[in-house]
Amino acid sequence: MELDPLLLSRLQFAFVVSFHAIFPVFTIGLASYIAVLNGLFYRTENPAWERLAIFWTRVFAVVFGMGVVSGIVMSFQFGTNWSNFSLAASNFLGPMLSYEVVTAFFLEAAFLGVLLFGRGKVPQGVHLFAAIMVAIGTFISSFWILAANSWMQTPAGMELIDGRFHVTSWSAAIFNPSFPYRFAHMVLASFLTGGFVVAGVSAWYLLLGRDVEANRKAFSMCLWLLLVLAPTQAVVGDFHGLNTLEHQPTKVAAMEGNWETQPGAPLLLFAWPDQDAQDNHFEIGIPKLASLILTHHLDGEVPGVSAVPPEEQPPVWIVFWSFRIMVAMGLAMIAVALAGLWLRFKGRLYEHRGYLQLMRVMTVTPFLAVLAGWFVTETGRAPWLVYGIMDQAEALTPSLTGGMALFTLIGYGLVYAVVFYSGTLYLTRVVRQGMLPEAPHEDEVERPKRPLSAAHVPFDDATSHPRRS
Amino acid sequence: MEMFDLSLIWAVIIGFGVIMYVLMDGFDLGVGILFPFAPDEGSRDVMMNSVAPVWDGNETWLVLGGAGLLAAFPLVYSVFLPALYIGVFLMLAGLIFRGVAFEFRFKSHRHRRWWNRAFCWGSAVAAFAQGVVVGAYIQGFAVEDFVYVGGPLDWLSPFTVLTGLGLMAGYALLGATWLIMKTEGRLQDWAYRLTPKLLLMVLVVFAVISVWTPFVDDFVRERWFGQLHLIWIFPALALGSAVWLWRTVKERREGQPFIATLGLFVFTYLGLVVSKWPVIVPPDHTLWEAASAPESQLFLLLGMLFVIPIVLAYTAWTYWVFRGKVREGEGYH
Repeated sequence: MELDPLLLSRLQFAFVVSFHAIFPVFTIGLASYIAVLNGLFYRTENPAWERLAIFWTRVFAVVFGMGVVSGIVMSFQFGTNWSNFSLAASNFLGPMLSYEVVTAFFLEAAFLGVLLFGRGKVPQGVHLFAAIMVAIGTFISSFWILAANSWMQTPAGMELIDGRFHVTSWSAAIFNPSFPYRFAHMVLASFLTGGFVVAGVSAWYLLLGRDVEANRKAFSMCLWLLLVLAPTQAVVGDFHGLNTLEHQPTKVAAMEGNWETQPGAPLLLFAWPDQDAQDNHFEIGIPKLASLILTHHLDGEVPGVSAVPPEEQPPVWIVFWSFRIMVAMGLAMIAVALAGLWLRFKGRLYEHRGYLQLMRVMTVTPFLAVLAGWFVTETGRAPWLVYGIMDQAEALTPSLTGGMALFTLIGYGLVYAVVFYSGTLYLTRVVRQGMLPEAPHEDEVERPKRPLSAAHVPFDDATSHPRRS
Repeated sequence: MEMFDLSLIWAVIIGFGVIMYVLMDGFDLGVGILFPFAPDEGSRDVMMNSVAPVWDGNETWLVLGGAGLLAAFPLVYSVFLPALYIGVFLMLAGLIFRGVAFEFRFKSHRHRRWWNRAFCWGSAVAAFAQGVVVGAYIQGFAVEDFVYVGGPLDWLSPFTVLTGLGLMAGYALLGATWLIMKTEGRLQDWAYRLTPKLLLMVLVVFAVISVWTPFVDDFVRERWFGQLHLIWIFPALALGSAVWLWRTVKERREGQPFIATLGLFVFTYLGLVVSKWPVIVPPDHTLWEAASAPESQLFLLLGMLFVIPIVLAYTAWTYWVFRGKVREGEGYH
C-alpha cells in the first residue's frame, strides 16, 4: 500500500494536538481554581484553604510543565507538515502564535515563579495577585490560539493576494464569526475539566478519610460550580452549533448524520453512517427533533451532507460519533451535578460512597468530552483547512513523502509515550501523597521555567536518601 | 511604513535571538555532551546543577525564534522546516528527552542512570542537528516558486555532517569553559585539561569547514574573494579569541576562558552572517523576499518590543541570582 503523506500528517497532527490539548484544558481551569483558593485563604485565614491551594498548585506545576513540553512540537509542526498553509497564512497565523508564546513567557517570567515558589516569601496579597495573573494569563494564551483556530474555521478580515492571506482588519480577523462561541465553549470546558478533576480527587480523599475538612470544602464548592456550569455549557454549545449551522452547514449535517437536506429532520440517537452509500444504516431517531434544535421549528430545514460533492465532505462517521460522545458526556455531567444537589438536600453529599465513587470515575469525562468536541470541529471542516478557501491537500508540504511522515508519526508516538508515562506516573505520586507536608527538598533548583521543581515529590521509592558524594 | 525597514528590524531581532540561543543553550547542551565523560557521579550532580537554573530560560529563545520566523520571515519557516524534516524531529526529540531528564533525574533514584543517558544523548543529538542546520543553510535549498522541492535527505551530506560534529565540539567547548567558571576542585581540573583538546578539535573542524565552504557555495566564494576584504576581520577576531582562550586556560584563569569562547562563537557567527547577507533562504531569496506583510511585522513588533526587554531582564536576573561557584552536595534553595 502506498503511504499517503496527507493521511499520515493528519494523523500526526490529530495525535500531537490531542495529546497536547488535555494539559492546557486542565491547567486553564485549575489556575482559576487556585486563584480562588488563595483568595478565600486571604479573606478567611482558614488554613484548610491554604492546604488545598498548596496541593493543587503542586499538581498545576506538573501538568503545566507537561503542557509546555508537548506544546513545543506544535509550534514546529505547522512548518514541517503544512508548509504551504504556513506560508499562505503566515501574515495572520504568525503574529497569533507568537503572541501566544510571548504571553506564556511573560507569565512565566513575571508571575508563575511567585505563584509556585513565593508562598511565605512574598506578602500574601502579592502572592494572591500572582495567582490571579497566572489565571488571567492562561486565558490570554488560549485567546490567541482560539483566534487562530477560529479564523481557519470562519476566515474573515483578510484578502487573498497571490496565494497569500493579507490581513485587512485585525479586529475582524481575530474576532471572526465563530471566535466568541468557540472561546466561551472552550473556557467553560476548561472550568468543567478543572471542576471534575478537583471533585474527583476530593471524592477519593473523602473515601479514604484523608483531610476531611478541606476536601469537603473543595468537593462542595466544585459541585456548586458544576451545577451552574454544566447546564450553561449545554446552552453555549447550542449557540455554537447555530453559529456553525450558519457558517459551516456541512459540518452540522455530518454531526446530525443527515445526508439529504430536508425539513423536519429527526435527531438520530444511533446510526451507522455509510459514506459510499451516502446514507445511514440502523437509524434510530426522534422525529423532527433535529429541526427543532437547529432551527427552533419542527419543520425547519436541516442541511444535508450530500449537498456538497463527496470530495468536499468530511468523514461523517467520525464527526457523527464524536459529537454523540461529547453530548453524552455533557449530559452525564449535568446529571451528576443535579444528583449532587439532591444528595446535598438530603444531607448525604459527603457520606454517599456510591456517589463519591461515581465522582472519581467522572474525572475522565471532561477530557473525553473536550477531545471528542475537538474531533467534531476539526474533522467536521474536512477537507478544508482554511474553510472554503484552502483544503488540506493544498496545505500539505509538497516535498513531504509518506515515509517521512510515517517516521515522525512513530517517532513522536514514542517520545510522547515516554513523556506521558513518566508524567502520569509522577502525577499519580503527587496525588497519592496528597496534602501531606512537602517531601524534603533535594538537590533541586526552583525556577518558574521548570515548573516541575515546585512539586517536591520523589519520582520513585528510594529507601535511602540520594547519594550526594 | 516607509520610514522604517521593518524587515531589517526583524532581521536584527531574529539574528540576535539566534545568537542568544546558540550561546546560552550552547553551553548547557555542551555540559550534556560532556556528561558521560565526567570524573564521577558527584561531578555529574554538580554539572547538572550548574545549568539547572538557566537551561530552560535559554530554550525560550528557540521557541521565540521559531514563532518569530513564522511571523516575520515565513519563507524561512516554510522552507527550512520541510527541508530539514527529519533533522527537526531529531532535534525536538533530543530537546524533549533532555528536558524531561532534567526534571526527573533529581527526583528519581532508581532510574537515575536512564535519565543520565537521556540527558546526554538528548543533548548530543540536539547539538548535532543544530550544526546540520548551519551546514544546510550554507549549502542552500532547492526552492522553486517559494516552495522547497528537494528530497527528504538533501540536508544530510558529508559537509553537513561535519558542521554537525563541529557544533557538537563547539558546544562541548562552551560547556567545558562554563564548568571552569562555575566549578572548582576535581571537576574544574578536569575541565581545564579538557578545554585545549576541545579547542583544537573545534579549530580543526572550523578550518576544514572554512576551506570547504567556498567550494560548496559560489555566493560565499564571491564575497570572500571579491571586493569585500573587510570580511576577513571576523575570522581574524575569531582566531584572536581562540588564542586568548588558549592562554587564559594555561594561566588557569576562571572567567576569561568562557568569555573567550563566547567571542569565538560570536565572531564566527558574524562572519557567517556577513558572508551570506542579505540572503536568508539560500541560494536565491533575500530577507526582503522572505518577509511577511509589513502590517503583520508591525503588529507583532509592538509586542516584541514590550516582551524582549522583560525576557532580557529576567534572564540577567536569573544569572545574577545564581552567580558564583556550584559546590558538590549543594543545591540552590
